[in-house]
Amino acid sequence: MTVDVDPRVALAAETKFRLVDCDIHPIVRSTADLRPYLPKAWHDYFDQFGNFLVSPYTEAHPYPKPTPALSRLDSWPPNGGPPGSDLAFMREQHLDPHDIEIGVLQVLWPTAARQRNLGYAAALCSAINDWQAEEWLAKEPRLRGSIMVSLEDPESAAAEIARCARRGGYAQLMLMPRNMEPLGRKKYWPIFAAAQEHDLTLGCHTGGLNGYPVTGGAGHCSYYAEEKDAGGYPMEAMLTSMVFEGVFQSFPKLRLVAIEATMGWLPPLYWRLDELWQRFRAELPAVTRPPSEILREHIWVTTQPADEPEDPRHLRDLFDWIGWDRICFASDYPHWDSDDPRYALPVQMSLAEKRGIFRDNAMRVYRLG
Amino acid sequence: MATEAATLSPVHAITGAIDVDLHPAVPDMAALLPHMHPHWAEQMVVRGIDALESVMWKATMPITARPDFRGPPGTQPGQSLERLRAQALDGFGTAIGICNPLWGTAALFNEDMASELCRAMNTWLAREWLDREPRLRGAITVAPHAPDQAAAEIERCAADPRFVSVLLPAMTEMPLGRRSHRPIFAAAEKHGLAVTIHAGGQYRHPPTVTGWGSFHAEDHAAQANIFQAQVLSLVYEGVFVDHPSLRVVLLDAGIGWLPSFLWRANKTWRGLRAEVPWVKRSPSDIVREHIRFSLQPLQGPPDAQGMERLLEHIAADHMLLFSTDYPHWRFEGQAAVPPQIPARLLPALLRENALETYPRLRPSDRPRAALPEGVNRPAP
Amino acid sequence: MARHVVMRAAELPAGESRVVTVRGREIAVFNLAGEFFALINRCPHEGAPLGLGLRIGLSESNKPGCYSHSRPGELVRCPWHGWEFDIRTGQSWCEPSRLKARAYAATRETGGALVKGLYVAESVKVAVEEEYVVVEV
Repeated sequence: MTVDVDPRVALAAETKFRLVDCDIHPIVRSTADLRPYLPKAWHDYFDQFGNFLVSPYTEAHPYPKPTPALSRLDSWPPNGGPPGSDLAFMREQHLDPHDIEIGVLQVLWPTAARQRNLGYAAALCSAINDWQAEEWLAKEPRLRGSIMVSLEDPESAAAEIARCARRGGYAQLMLMPRNMEPLGRKKYWPIFAAAQEHDLTLGCHTGGLNGYPVTGGAGHCSYYAEEKDAGGYPMEAMLTSMVFEGVFQSFPKLRLVAIEATMGWLPPLYWRLDELWQRFRAELPAVTRPPSEILREHIWVTTQPADEPEDPRHLRDLFDWIGWDRICFASDYPHWDSDDPRYALPVQMSLAEKRGIFRDNAMRVYRLG
Repeated sequence: MATEAATLSPVHAITGAIDVDLHPAVPDMAALLPHMHPHWAEQMVVRGIDALESVMWKATMPITARPDFRGPPGTQPGQSLERLRAQALDGFGTAIGICNPLWGTAALFNEDMASELCRAMNTWLAREWLDREPRLRGAITVAPHAPDQAAAEIERCAADPRFVSVLLPAMTEMPLGRRSHRPIFAAAEKHGLAVTIHAGGQYRHPPTVTGWGSFHAEDHAAQANIFQAQVLSLVYEGVFVDHPSLRVVLLDAGIGWLPSFLWRANKTWRGLRAEVPWVKRSPSDIVREHIRFSLQPLQGPPDAQGMERLLEHIAADHMLLFSTDYPHWRFEGQAAVPPQIPARLLPALLRENALETYPRLRPSDRPRAALPEGVNRPAP
Repeated sequence: MARHVVMRAAELPAGESRVVTVRGREIAVFNLAGEFFALINRCPHEGAPLGLGLRIGLSESNKPGCYSHSRPGELVRCPWHGWEFDIRTGQSWCEPSRLKARAYAATRETGGALVKGLYVAESVKVAVEEEYVVVEV
C-alpha cells in the first residue's frame, strides 16, 4: 500500500514533537488518602461502610483481572504503594522517557461515580477531584485532571462541574459508559448542559459494572476474556443513545472522547446506525440527517488497547474510516494492557499523521494548546 | 455518497440461490393449537395466551416488512405462503429457502410452556409450509433455557430431513456457550444440523449493558454487540472443542463489525488464553472455520471500495450466505445482493457456502421421512 | 558471536532470573532447575522487559473444564500483556513459529574449561575452580 503524503504538510510539520497521553491512571496509596478530602459529615460513613458498588465484593472483581492491581508487573513503585500511586516513579517510568508533554489523568478507583449511596457518591467525587488537584496537578504541570461526577445524580454533578471548572486544571468531565440508563436519556442532560457551558470535553472511559450483563442482552458471560472485549459495547450503546435522543443536536458544542475501548468498533457503528436510521426515522425525530454525520462532528477515540490486525496496513483503512483527525494516543499507564507509544501502532504513517495522533488531535479536542 | 454510488455495479442478477433467512409468520395461537398437547392447547385457550409477537419485529414497524412485502392490513407480514412463494422464492429465483419463524415461543419464562409452543410451531412449520412448498426447508425452534427439552425436540424433528438447522435467539438468559446449553449443540452436531442464531430473542436483560433505551432502533443497533458476545461465548467456552464439526450461522447480525472484532479477540486471547486453555487456536481461526453470516442486513461500508477493504479484512469469502431476510425491509427492489458486493463472490455467496454450512442441504443417501404427526412427542 | 561469561552460576539460584547486559543488549538469564537459558529482555510484541515477567507453568486442556498444569516455571509471562514464552526456546505459546523472543545459547561451565577456550568476561573475574554462566552473543 502506498501512503499519500502531501509534501507541503510534511515539510511544514516539525520533525520532533512531544506526546499527549490521554489515559494515565493515578491511584490513591490507600482509600484512607481520601478521608482528609471528605467533609467531616461523611467520615463515619467512610470508616464504617465506605465503598458500596453494584458488585458482590467490596473490592474484588467478579471477573478477576489477569495481573495484580490490573497493572504491568514493572509498574509497582519501588517505594511502596500500588502502581500509579507514586508521582516520582510515574515521572521516571513514563512521563520522562516518553517525553509526555501533557497527560490526562483518569481516576478509576475508588469508583466514585457509581457509589450506590448517592450522597456519598457526590462527596467522594468532590474528594477525588480535590485529591487530584492537590496531589497531582499542583505538583506536576504536565498533568491534567478529570472531573468525576455522580452520573445518577445530575443536579449535584452539574454543581460539581461548575466548581471544578472554576478551579481549573481539568481536561475533561469523566463519564462511565456502563450507566444505569443509556446516556442520551433526558435525565442526564443537566450534565451535558454544564459540560457545554464550561467548554469541557467529555471523556468516557471503559470499565465498571452496573449489575447488568456486560454483554447486554446475551446474559452473563463466564470469563474475563469476554468481559474485556465487551468494553466497547457500552460505548456503542452510549453513542447510539446520545445521537438518537438528540444530545449532540441540542448541545452542538459537545466533544466526546471514547477512551480505552479500542477503535475498530466505530466505523461499523456508523454503518449500522445509518442503515437503521432509514427504517426508524419516524421514531427518531431528533435525527434529521445520517447519524454518522452527526457523530463524526463530535466523537474522538483513543488508540489503546491498540487494534492489531494481522496485516498492519489494515490499520490505515481503519484510520481512514474513523478520520485521522479523530484519533488520539493513549497509553493506559500503568495498566496491564497499556501501550508503548513506540510500538503500539506498527503502521506506516507520515510525520503529519503521527503528529496528529500522538499530539495535535488531543491538543485540539481537549483545548490544551 | 453520490459519487461513490455512481461507481457501483448494477443490481446483481441472482438465480438458483439458497436463501438462508426467510420469515414465515405464525398468524395467531389458533394456528398452533392443532399441533399442541391437549393440556397446553387448553391452557392457551382458557388463559387467553396469544400474540407472542416479538417486540423486535412488531408487525407495523417499517423494518418488519418492506412495503411491497407487507400483506393486507390485519395480517402478519410473512403469514401468506402464496406471497412468500411469489415474492421471496419466484421473485429472486431462489432454489431453496430456509424458514426461520420469529414468533416469541422461546421467550416465555415457563420452560415447559416455551418448549411445548416451540414443538407446536415446528410441527406447524412442517405441515403448513414444508409440506406445501418443496423449495422450503425449516429451522427447529427451541427454547435455550430448557436445554434438555430442546435437545429432545431436535431429536424429534431431525427425523424429517427438511429440517436443516436449529434456531436460537441472540438474546438469551445466559450466553449460548455456557455449559448448560451443551445438549443443544450435541444434538445439532449429531444430526448434521447447522445452529443458527437470529437477532432478537428472550429479552431477559437490557439489550445493552447501559440499560433499557428509549427506542426500538437502539435495540436493533445493540444486536451487533450481542452477537459478538455470543460468538466469544461459543469460542471461549469451547463449544467447538466439544463439537468440532458444528457450523453456526449468525442471522441478521451484519458483517461490518467482524474484522475489528477478530483483531480484538485475537489480541485478548494471546494474553488471556490460560483462562480458557482448551482454546488452542486463535479466535479468528475458530470463527473462520465454524461461523457464517447471513448477507442481509449488510451493515458494512456503503461504497464498493470500502466493501473491498472490508472483505480483505475478513479474508474469508466462504463466510457469507445469501439471505433476503424476507419480509423484513433491508434493501430495495431486486438488490438483495447489495451492489457494493463484488460479483466474484456470487457463486459461493449464493449457493456453495450454504451447501458447505448446512450438511442437510447436500445430496445424501440418508433415509428420508417427513415428520409424522406427533412422533416421539415427549410427555409434557 | 562470542562466548560471554555473564555471572557466577551460584549467583542465580534455580527458579530465578536476572537481566545482564552483553554487547549493549539486555539479556534475561534464567535458571531452570540447574539448566541455564537466555532470552532477549524484550517482548517481540511491544518491547516489555521479559526478565521481569513471572515464570509460570504450562496450562493446557483437551476438554472444556478440564485443566492440566505441567512444566512449572518453564514459561515466562510477559509483564505487560501476559503473552507466554517458552524459556527453553523463546517461542510464544500462541504463535510459536511466527512470534519468538530471541533466544541465546546459555551454558554452565567451569572456569577450568573456560580458560582453555575463547571467551569474554568483561565484568566477571573467572577463577578455575568456579562455575559460570556463559551466553553466546
